[in-house]
Amino acid sequence: MADGTTGISADALHGFAPSVRRGGLRRFAQRRSTIAVLMCLPLIALIAGLVVYPFFYSIYLSMLSRDATRFIGLFNYRYLLRSDTFDLVIFQSCFFAITAVFFKALIGFILAHVMHNISGRDQRIWRGLLLIPWVIPPALSTLGFWWMLSGNYSAVNWILGQFGIPQVAWLSNTWTARLWVAGVNVWYGTPFFMIMYLATLKSVPDQLYEAAAIDGATWLQKIRFISLPMLRNIISITVLFSLIVTFANFDIVQILTTGAPADTTHVFATYAFQLGIQGGNISLGAAVSLFIFPILAVFSIFILRGVGRRAREGM
Amino acid sequence: MSGAVATAEPIGRRNWLKPSIARERRWALWASYIVLVFFAIGFLAPPYFELVTALKTSQQIGSGKDPWFTAHPYFGNFIGIITNPDFQTFFLNTVKVTLIVVVLTLAMSILAAYALARMRFFGSHAFATGVFLTYLVPESLLFIPLFKVLSFLHLINSTWCLVLVWPTLSVPFCTWIMIGYFSSIPKELDEAAMIDGASHLQMLWKIFIPVALPGIIAATIFAFTVCWGDFLYPLAYLFTGKQMVLTAGIVSDLIHGDVLDWGHIMAANVVASAPPVIIYAFLMDYYIAGLTAGATKG
Repeated sequence: MADGTTGISADALHGFAPSVRRGGLRRFAQRRSTIAVLMCLPLIALIAGLVVYPFFYSIYLSMLSRDATRFIGLFNYRYLLRSDTFDLVIFQSCFFAITAVFFKALIGFILAHVMHNISGRDQRIWRGLLLIPWVIPPALSTLGFWWMLSGNYSAVNWILGQFGIPQVAWLSNTWTARLWVAGVNVWYGTPFFMIMYLATLKSVPDQLYEAAAIDGATWLQKIRFISLPMLRNIISITVLFSLIVTFANFDIVQILTTGAPADTTHVFATYAFQLGIQGGNISLGAAVSLFIFPILAVFSIFILRGVGRRAREGM
Repeated sequence: MSGAVATAEPIGRRNWLKPSIARERRWALWASYIVLVFFAIGFLAPPYFELVTALKTSQQIGSGKDPWFTAHPYFGNFIGIITNPDFQTFFLNTVKVTLIVVVLTLAMSILAAYALARMRFFGSHAFATGVFLTYLVPESLLFIPLFKVLSFLHLINSTWCLVLVWPTLSVPFCTWIMIGYFSSIPKELDEAAMIDGASHLQMLWKIFIPVALPGIIAATIFAFTVCWGDFLYPLAYLFTGKQMVLTAGIVSDLIHGDVLDWGHIMAANVVASAPPVIIYAFLMDYYIAGLTAGATKG
């Protein structure tokens, strides 16, 4: 509190015993922060070298010509925005992310409530079962989906055939392929939403629901006036978060369709992979994947705010 | 009951209300189970289908009859895949790199989390936020510049490149969970240790790590899952079978091999998915606790 005055007196008494003790303290504080920085050093190096540097390098790369010899400014971006294929990629990335996240959040919300109704041991077993899609590496389960869907004699068509429904070439039609790509993502991601909402529901006092039940509230009213307000923060965090991740998804599209039919199911990540790694045009690929950045930048600000609020509320 | 209503109105009303709430509860329970069964079938059908396909001979699979059942399970695919030298290489590579990355991740994130949770230094708060932001950065944003970085380091088509790039996926979130767990440890504990003359490393080793063990388990599972399941980095940076890991190896090498033997591929799928599933079966609660403390991918 009296920092200023003691500071002056310490300077004036330079060389005397009290100031030595102060210097020792200051050195101790310095040493403490030095240790702290040293402990963070591996992490700082990792983030600086393999996240921050590649990001800026990517911006630089995206402004180079195909053979990486000439600086061509924003030409790659202009080229992309004028190409019809890239219009499809932008559309499909947005369609894929919005559809998939909407259904993941909706089904996750329903399942969390349903799960909350049943108790104890049963809940553990069901939660374990419903978590399985999220536990299996998505690349591997998508491969299973591919085999389930590909060809006229696929397993899904076999089920439809039992009900006399004609066969569909799911992955060769634009819209069925788009829906299945989103569907596989919903299958994979829903359990995550479910456990996040279930954990938050458990922190909602039961008395709220009991009071509502005594007042004769319908289940819809309970959701509308209790669950939604109580879960609002976690819903916004998970949805924004999942929008980023789904927008940047690679595995599912790459394995299920690789962009086919006719590039209509490509998303940014798979298109960047096709141009940059397979096609060898690193700079154009870098430009494509940088389109993921705006959504990341905007949404992460909102996520940070939500997480901060969550931390303050202690949930 | 009508007599009771005449004598004591409020009690009568409550008696009338109670069974209705109980009935409503019973209905809700039944409806819940119906919804759960419906979604469980949908959620478990694909893994079940993979398992059934893995238990069939290629003639059975090729016939296209009854894709969802098999009367006589055939284990030849599993034996074939386990003795397949390519698959063994993928598996060993994956185990090797994943274990190394998990150990590296724990070391880096525990050290950094301790510093960020307990020792204030210039910019530590901003740095903690930065760590969380790094966690939000998806791998598909950075895989192309990283390709150039790795080729500069002559690590393209070497399993070791994953030791370098996988920590970018695992460390930020693990640090974030560990900061949460470390911050929840009461300050009195380390003040007492400090008075007894414990150094920072002793405090970390003797107090923080044992007390935050549930968090460390959650971080370990997260790091393991992320590495084991990653597909983009191995697919982009590894080309030959000797260097491959499971995900990219099964998808690219086994499929683009001579014959598309679905029984084999699905057996490989089941074997490769087993370790994470087994880990979750035993440690799910730790993981969910750690997960809901932060917010993670899905």
